[in-house]
Amino acid sequence: MSDQHEEHSSSLGFYVGIWITLMVCTGITVWAAFLDLHQFNAAVALIIATFKATLVVLFFMHLRGAGERLIKVWVIASIFFMLVLIALSMADFGTRLWS
Amino acid sequence: MFTRTRRPPLHDSAATAHHAAHDNPALLHHFAEESQQRNAASLGMWVFLAQEVMFFGGLFCAYLIYRLKYFGDFGAASQTLDIKLGATNTIVLIGSSLTVVFAVWAAKNGRRSMLLINLVLTLILGCAFLGIKAVEYRSKFVEHHVPDLGFHMDEPTHIPGHPDIPVNQRHAEMFFSLYFIMTGLHALHMIIGIGLFLWLLIMAWKGRYTPQYNTPVEIGGLYWHFVDLVWIYLFPLLYLIDRHP
Repeated sequence: MSDQHEEHSSSLGFYVGIWITLMVCTGITVWAAFLDLHQFNAAVALIIATFKATLVVLFFMHLRGAGERLIKVWVIASIFFMLVLIALSMADFGTRLWS
Repeated sequence: MFTRTRRPPLHDSAATAHHAAHDNPALLHHFAEESQQRNAASLGMWVFLAQEVMFFGGLFCAYLIYRLKYFGDFGAASQTLDIKLGATNTIVLIGSSLTVVFAVWAAKNGRRSMLLINLVLTLILGCAFLGIKAVEYRSKFVEHHVPDLGFHMDEPTHIPGHPDIPVNQRHAEMFFSLYFIMTGLHALHMIIGIGLFLWLLIMAWKGRYTPQYNTPVEIGGLYWHFVDLVWIYLFPLLYLIDRHP
Protein backbone atom coordinates (compact mmCIF):
# COMPACT_ATOMS: atom_id res chain seq x y z
CA MET A 1 0.00 0.00 0.00
CA SER A 2 2.75 2.41 0.91
CA ASP A 3 4.42 2.36 -2.51
CA GLN A 4 1.04 3.02 -4.11
CA HIS A 5 0.61 6.07 -1.91
CA GLU A 6 4.05 7.34 -2.90
CA GLU A 7 3.18 6.91 -6.53
CA HIS A 8 0.14 9.12 -6.06
CA SER A 9 1.64 11.86 -4.02
CA SER A 10 4.97 12.43 -5.69
CA SER A 11 4.00 12.83 -9.27
CA LEU A 12 2.19 16.00 -10.35
CA GLY A 13 5.10 16.92 -12.60
CA PHE A 14 5.17 13.34 -13.86
CA TYR A 15 1.49 13.60 -14.86
CA VAL A 16 2.25 16.76 -16.81
CA GLY A 17 5.08 14.88 -18.54
CA ILE A 18 2.70 12.10 -19.57
CA TRP A 19 0.20 14.71 -20.78
CA ILE A 20 2.85 16.42 -22.91
CA THR A 21 3.84 13.04 -24.38
CA LEU A 22 0.19 12.36 -25.24
CA MET A 23 -0.11 15.78 -26.92
CA VAL A 24 3.08 15.21 -28.94
CA CYS A 25 1.80 11.77 -30.00
CA THR A 26 -1.46 13.35 -31.16
CA GLY A 27 0.55 15.75 -33.29
CA ILE A 28 2.64 12.89 -34.70
CA THR A 29 -0.54 10.93 -35.57
CA VAL A 30 -1.97 13.83 -37.58
CA TRP A 31 1.39 14.47 -39.27
CA ALA A 32 1.91 10.79 -40.11
CA ALA A 33 -1.58 10.56 -41.64
CA PHE A 34 -0.47 12.95 -44.41
CA LEU A 35 2.66 10.95 -45.27
CA ASP A 36 2.39 8.34 -47.97
CA LEU A 37 3.40 5.16 -46.16
CA HIS A 38 1.47 2.92 -48.57
CA GLN A 39 -0.24 0.17 -46.61
CA PHE A 40 1.47 1.12 -43.36
CA ASN A 41 -0.50 4.30 -42.61
CA ALA A 42 -3.12 2.42 -40.61
CA ALA A 43 -0.48 0.39 -38.77
CA VAL A 44 1.44 3.52 -37.76
CA ALA A 45 -1.77 5.24 -36.59
CA LEU A 46 -2.76 2.20 -34.52
CA ILE A 47 0.71 1.79 -33.02
CA ILE A 48 0.72 5.44 -31.89
CA ALA A 49 -2.85 5.10 -30.55
CA THR A 50 -1.88 1.95 -28.64
CA PHE A 51 1.18 3.70 -27.21
CA LYS A 52 -1.05 6.56 -26.03
CA ALA A 53 -3.60 4.13 -24.60
CA THR A 54 -0.83 2.30 -22.74
CA LEU A 55 0.38 5.54 -21.17
CA VAL A 56 -3.16 6.44 -20.08
CA VAL A 57 -3.83 3.00 -18.59
CA LEU A 58 -0.48 2.63 -16.82
CA PHE A 59 -0.06 6.11 -15.40
CA PHE A 60 -3.37 8.01 -15.46
CA MET A 61 -5.42 4.99 -14.43
CA HIS A 62 -2.61 3.90 -12.07
CA LEU A 63 -2.47 0.34 -13.33
CA ARG A 64 1.24 0.52 -12.67
CA GLY A 65 1.43 0.41 -8.90
CA ALA A 66 -2.11 -0.92 -8.49
CA GLY A 67 -2.40 -2.67 -5.14
CA GLU A 68 -4.62 -5.45 -6.42
CA ARG A 69 -3.00 -7.89 -8.84
CA LEU A 70 -6.44 -9.10 -9.86
CA ILE A 71 -6.98 -5.75 -11.65
CA LYS A 72 -4.05 -6.53 -13.95
CA VAL A 73 -5.53 -9.94 -14.69
CA TRP A 74 -8.80 -8.27 -15.73
CA VAL A 75 -7.03 -5.79 -17.99
CA ILE A 76 -5.01 -8.49 -19.71
CA ALA A 77 -8.11 -10.71 -20.01
CA SER A 78 -10.20 -7.94 -21.59
CA ILE A 79 -7.51 -7.14 -24.15
CA PHE A 80 -6.99 -10.84 -24.87
CA PHE A 81 -10.67 -11.54 -25.43
CA MET A 82 -11.08 -8.44 -27.59
CA LEU A 83 -8.23 -9.75 -29.75
CA VAL A 84 -9.94 -13.17 -29.87
CA LEU A 85 -13.15 -11.43 -30.96
CA ILE A 86 -11.37 -9.58 -33.74
CA ALA A 87 -9.14 -12.49 -34.79
CA LEU A 88 -11.96 -15.02 -35.10
CA SER A 89 -14.23 -12.52 -36.86
CA MET A 90 -11.47 -11.72 -39.33
CA ALA A 91 -10.76 -15.42 -39.85
CA ASP A 92 -14.43 -15.86 -40.72
CA PHE A 93 -14.58 -12.76 -42.92
CA GLY A 94 -11.33 -13.57 -44.69
CA THR A 95 -12.33 -17.11 -45.61
CA ARG A 96 -15.82 -16.35 -46.93
CA LEU A 97 -16.24 -15.97 -50.64
CA TRP A 98 -18.04 -12.67 -50.41
CA SER A 99 -18.29 -10.75 -53.69
CA MET B 1 -21.62 0.95 -7.95
CA PHE B 2 -21.27 3.99 -5.73
CA THR B 3 -23.98 3.06 -3.26
CA ARG B 4 -21.86 0.24 -1.89
CA THR B 5 -19.08 2.60 -0.92
CA ARG B 6 -21.18 5.57 0.18
CA ARG B 7 -19.91 7.02 3.38
CA PRO B 8 -22.18 6.19 6.28
CA PRO B 9 -23.32 8.95 8.64
CA LEU B 10 -20.65 10.18 11.00
CA HIS B 11 -22.66 9.58 14.16
CA ASP B 12 -22.76 6.23 15.93
CA SER B 13 -23.84 3.79 13.23
CA ALA B 14 -23.31 0.05 13.47
CA ALA B 15 -20.34 0.25 11.13
CA THR B 16 -18.45 2.75 13.25
CA ALA B 17 -19.29 0.92 16.45
CA HIS B 18 -17.85 -2.32 15.07
CA HIS B 19 -14.67 -0.63 14.06
CA ALA B 20 -13.95 1.54 17.01
CA ALA B 21 -10.31 0.62 16.55
CA HIS B 22 -10.26 2.28 13.10
CA ASP B 23 -10.62 6.00 12.82
CA ASN B 24 -12.18 5.88 9.37
CA PRO B 25 -15.98 6.10 9.57
CA ALA B 26 -16.20 5.37 5.83
CA LEU B 27 -15.01 1.79 6.37
CA LEU B 28 -17.98 -0.53 5.84
CA HIS B 29 -18.37 -3.39 8.27
CA HIS B 30 -17.88 -6.16 5.70
CA PHE B 31 -14.36 -5.02 4.84
CA ALA B 32 -11.39 -5.79 7.02
CA GLU B 33 -9.44 -2.66 6.19
CA GLU B 34 -9.50 0.50 4.09
CA SER B 35 -7.24 -0.84 1.36
CA GLN B 36 -9.45 -3.90 0.91
CA GLN B 37 -12.53 -1.69 0.56
CA ARG B 38 -10.76 0.58 -1.90
CA ASN B 39 -9.44 -2.33 -3.98
CA ALA B 40 -12.87 -3.96 -4.08
CA ALA B 41 -14.44 -0.76 -5.41
CA SER B 42 -11.77 -0.12 -8.00
CA LEU B 43 -11.79 -3.77 -9.12
CA GLY B 44 -15.54 -3.37 -9.66
CA MET B 45 -14.92 -0.42 -11.96
CA TRP B 46 -12.19 -2.32 -13.84
CA VAL B 47 -14.59 -5.24 -14.37
CA PHE B 48 -17.15 -2.78 -15.75
CA LEU B 49 -14.47 -1.33 -18.03
CA ALA B 50 -13.55 -4.84 -19.24
CA GLN B 51 -17.17 -5.17 -20.32
CA GLU B 52 -16.86 -1.80 -22.06
CA VAL B 53 -13.80 -3.06 -23.91
CA MET B 54 -15.89 -5.91 -25.31
CA PHE B 55 -18.74 -3.50 -26.10
CA PHE B 56 -16.60 -1.07 -28.07
CA GLY B 57 -14.46 -3.96 -29.32
CA GLY B 58 -17.46 -5.31 -31.23
CA LEU B 59 -17.95 -1.92 -32.89
CA PHE B 60 -14.28 -1.66 -33.78
CA CYS B 61 -14.48 -5.16 -35.26
CA ALA B 62 -17.49 -4.13 -37.38
CA TYR B 63 -15.55 -1.04 -38.47
CA LEU B 64 -12.53 -3.16 -39.42
CA ILE B 65 -14.59 -5.55 -41.55
CA TYR B 66 -16.38 -2.77 -43.46
CA ARG B 67 -13.18 -0.76 -43.83
CA LEU B 68 -11.56 -3.77 -45.52
CA LYS B 69 -14.66 -4.49 -47.59
CA TYR B 70 -15.32 -0.89 -48.74
CA PHE B 71 -11.73 0.31 -48.44
CA GLY B 72 -11.69 3.23 -50.87
CA ASP B 73 -15.22 4.42 -50.15
CA PHE B 74 -14.38 4.67 -46.45
CA GLY B 75 -11.29 6.70 -47.34
CA ALA B 76 -13.38 9.06 -49.48
CA ALA B 77 -16.11 9.45 -46.82
CA SER B 78 -13.49 10.12 -44.16
CA GLN B 79 -12.22 13.13 -46.18
CA THR B 80 -15.47 14.96 -45.40
CA LEU B 81 -14.69 14.99 -41.66
CA ASP B 82 -12.96 18.05 -40.25
CA ILE B 83 -9.50 17.09 -38.95
CA LYS B 84 -9.14 20.40 -37.09
CA LEU B 85 -12.29 19.76 -35.06
CA GLY B 86 -11.35 16.11 -34.47
CA ALA B 87 -7.82 17.02 -33.35
CA THR B 88 -9.15 19.82 -31.13
CA ASN B 89 -11.47 17.34 -29.48
CA THR B 90 -8.56 14.94 -28.95
CA ILE B 91 -6.58 17.72 -27.27
CA VAL B 92 -9.62 18.71 -25.16
CA LEU B 93 -10.12 15.12 -23.98
CA ILE B 94 -6.45 14.52 -23.17
CA GLY B 95 -6.50 17.82 -21.28
CA SER B 96 -9.52 16.63 -19.32
CA SER B 97 -7.67 13.42 -18.45
CA LEU B 98 -4.92 15.58 -16.94
CA THR B 99 -7.42 17.53 -14.83
CA VAL B 100 -8.92 14.21 -13.72
CA VAL B 101 -5.58 12.83 -12.48
CA PHE B 102 -5.02 16.14 -10.72
CA ALA B 103 -8.45 15.82 -9.11
CA VAL B 104 -7.68 12.25 -7.95
CA TRP B 105 -4.33 13.40 -6.59
CA ALA B 106 -5.97 16.33 -4.80
CA ALA B 107 -8.61 14.05 -3.25
CA LYS B 108 -5.95 11.63 -2.01
CA ASN B 109 -3.93 14.46 -0.54
CA GLY B 110 -6.82 16.32 1.02
CA ARG B 111 -6.51 19.44 -1.16
CA ARG B 112 -10.14 20.49 -1.30
CA SER B 113 -9.85 23.62 -3.45
CA MET B 114 -7.53 21.89 -5.94
CA LEU B 115 -10.04 19.02 -6.14
CA LEU B 116 -12.95 21.39 -6.77
CA ILE B 117 -11.05 23.41 -9.39
CA ASN B 118 -10.02 20.28 -11.28
CA LEU B 119 -13.50 18.79 -11.18
CA VAL B 120 -14.90 22.05 -12.60
CA LEU B 121 -12.17 22.15 -15.28
CA THR B 122 -12.98 18.55 -16.21
CA LEU B 123 -16.66 19.43 -16.56
CA ILE B 124 -15.83 22.47 -18.70
CA LEU B 125 -13.57 20.38 -20.98
CA GLY B 126 -16.18 17.62 -21.18
CA CYS B 127 -18.84 20.14 -22.22
CA ALA B 128 -16.41 21.69 -24.72
CA PHE B 129 -15.92 18.26 -26.27
CA LEU B 130 -19.67 17.76 -26.61
CA GLY B 131 -20.09 21.28 -27.99
CA ILE B 132 -17.49 20.69 -30.71
CA LYS B 133 -19.10 17.31 -31.43
CA ALA B 134 -22.48 19.05 -31.81
CA VAL B 135 -20.96 21.48 -34.34
CA GLU B 136 -19.62 18.51 -36.30
CA TYR B 137 -22.95 16.68 -36.19
CA ARG B 138 -24.75 19.84 -37.32
CA SER B 139 -22.56 20.15 -40.40
CA LYS B 140 -23.16 16.47 -41.18
CA PHE B 141 -26.91 17.11 -41.12
CA VAL B 142 -26.54 20.21 -43.30
CA GLU B 143 -24.44 18.28 -45.85
CA HIS B 144 -26.88 15.33 -45.93
CA HIS B 145 -24.23 12.96 -44.62
CA VAL B 146 -26.61 11.33 -42.14
CA PRO B 147 -27.48 7.75 -43.15
CA ASP B 148 -31.08 7.17 -44.19
CA LEU B 149 -32.05 10.87 -44.07
CA GLY B 150 -31.76 11.60 -47.78
CA PHE B 151 -28.10 10.59 -47.70
CA HIS B 152 -25.92 11.77 -50.54
CA MET B 153 -22.21 12.57 -50.59
CA ASP B 154 -21.31 15.02 -53.37
CA GLU B 155 -17.66 15.46 -52.42
CA PRO B 156 -15.30 13.69 -52.95
CA THR B 157 -16.64 12.08 -56.09
CA HIS B 158 -13.80 9.60 -56.47
CA ILE B 159 -11.82 7.23 -54.31
CA PRO B 160 -8.58 8.76 -52.97
CA GLY B 161 -5.63 7.73 -55.13
CA HIS B 162 -7.92 6.33 -57.83
CA PRO B 163 -9.40 9.22 -59.88
CA ASP B 164 -11.03 6.68 -62.22
CA ILE B 165 -13.15 4.91 -59.56
CA PRO B 166 -16.32 6.77 -58.46
CA VAL B 167 -17.49 6.57 -54.87
CA ASN B 168 -20.27 4.10 -54.15
CA GLN B 169 -22.90 6.07 -52.21
CA ARG B 170 -24.17 3.04 -50.26
CA HIS B 171 -20.65 2.15 -49.15
CA ALA B 172 -19.97 5.73 -48.05
CA GLU B 173 -23.26 5.65 -46.16
CA MET B 174 -21.95 2.64 -44.23
CA PHE B 175 -18.96 4.71 -43.13
CA PHE B 176 -21.28 7.36 -41.76
CA SER B 177 -23.44 4.75 -40.04
CA LEU B 178 -20.37 3.53 -38.17
CA TYR B 179 -19.25 7.13 -37.60
CA PHE B 180 -22.54 8.07 -35.96
CA ILE B 181 -22.88 4.86 -33.94
CA MET B 182 -19.32 4.97 -32.61
CA THR B 183 -19.05 8.71 -31.94
CA GLY B 184 -22.67 8.77 -30.70
CA LEU B 185 -22.07 6.02 -28.15
CA HIS B 186 -18.83 7.71 -27.17
CA ALA B 187 -20.71 11.00 -26.71
CA LEU B 188 -23.31 9.16 -24.60
CA HIS B 189 -20.47 7.95 -22.39
CA MET B 190 -19.25 11.54 -22.15
CA ILE B 191 -22.71 12.70 -21.05
CA ILE B 192 -22.82 9.99 -18.38
CA GLY B 193 -19.30 10.97 -17.33
CA ILE B 194 -20.34 14.62 -17.00
CA GLY B 195 -23.25 13.48 -14.82
CA LEU B 196 -20.86 11.47 -12.64
CA PHE B 197 -18.48 14.39 -12.30
CA LEU B 198 -21.28 16.80 -11.42
CA TRP B 199 -22.17 14.40 -8.62
CA LEU B 200 -18.50 14.17 -7.56
CA LEU B 201 -18.35 17.98 -7.57
CA ILE B 202 -21.38 18.25 -5.29
CA MET B 203 -19.96 15.64 -2.91
CA ALA B 204 -16.53 17.28 -2.95
CA TRP B 205 -18.19 20.63 -2.25
CA LYS B 206 -19.83 19.04 0.80
CA GLY B 207 -16.40 17.87 1.92
CA ARG B 208 -17.12 14.16 1.65
CA TYR B 209 -13.69 13.25 0.28
CA THR B 210 -10.72 12.95 2.57
CA PRO B 211 -7.31 11.29 2.26
CA GLN B 212 -8.93 8.29 4.02
CA TYR B 213 -11.97 8.16 1.76
CA ASN B 214 -11.89 9.21 -1.89
CA THR B 215 -12.86 6.06 -3.77
CA PRO B 216 -15.65 7.70 -5.83
CA VAL B 217 -13.19 10.25 -7.23
CA GLU B 218 -10.73 7.49 -8.06
CA ILE B 219 -13.17 5.18 -9.84
CA GLY B 220 -15.01 8.08 -11.48
CA GLY B 221 -11.58 9.02 -12.82
CA LEU B 222 -11.07 5.46 -14.15
CA TYR B 223 -14.31 5.79 -16.10
CA TRP B 224 -13.34 9.17 -17.52
CA HIS B 225 -9.92 7.91 -18.64
CA PHE B 226 -11.54 4.95 -20.36
CA VAL B 227 -13.82 7.25 -22.36
CA ASP B 228 -10.72 9.25 -23.33
CA LEU B 229 -9.05 5.99 -24.36
CA VAL B 230 -11.88 5.09 -26.75
CA TRP B 231 -11.52 8.49 -28.42
CA ILE B 232 -7.75 7.93 -28.81
CA TYR B 233 -8.65 5.07 -31.18
CA LEU B 234 -11.70 6.68 -32.79
CA PHE B 235 -9.81 9.78 -33.89
CA PRO B 236 -7.27 8.12 -36.24
CA LEU B 237 -9.71 5.44 -37.42
CA LEU B 238 -12.45 7.88 -38.42
CA TYR B 239 -10.67 11.14 -39.26
CA LEU B 240 -7.22 10.21 -40.46
CA ILE B 241 -7.64 7.48 -43.05
CA ASP B 242 -6.32 7.87 -46.60
CA ARG B 243 -5.38 11.51 -46.06
CA HIS B 244 -2.03 11.39 -47.83
CA PRO B 245 -1.93 12.81 -51.36
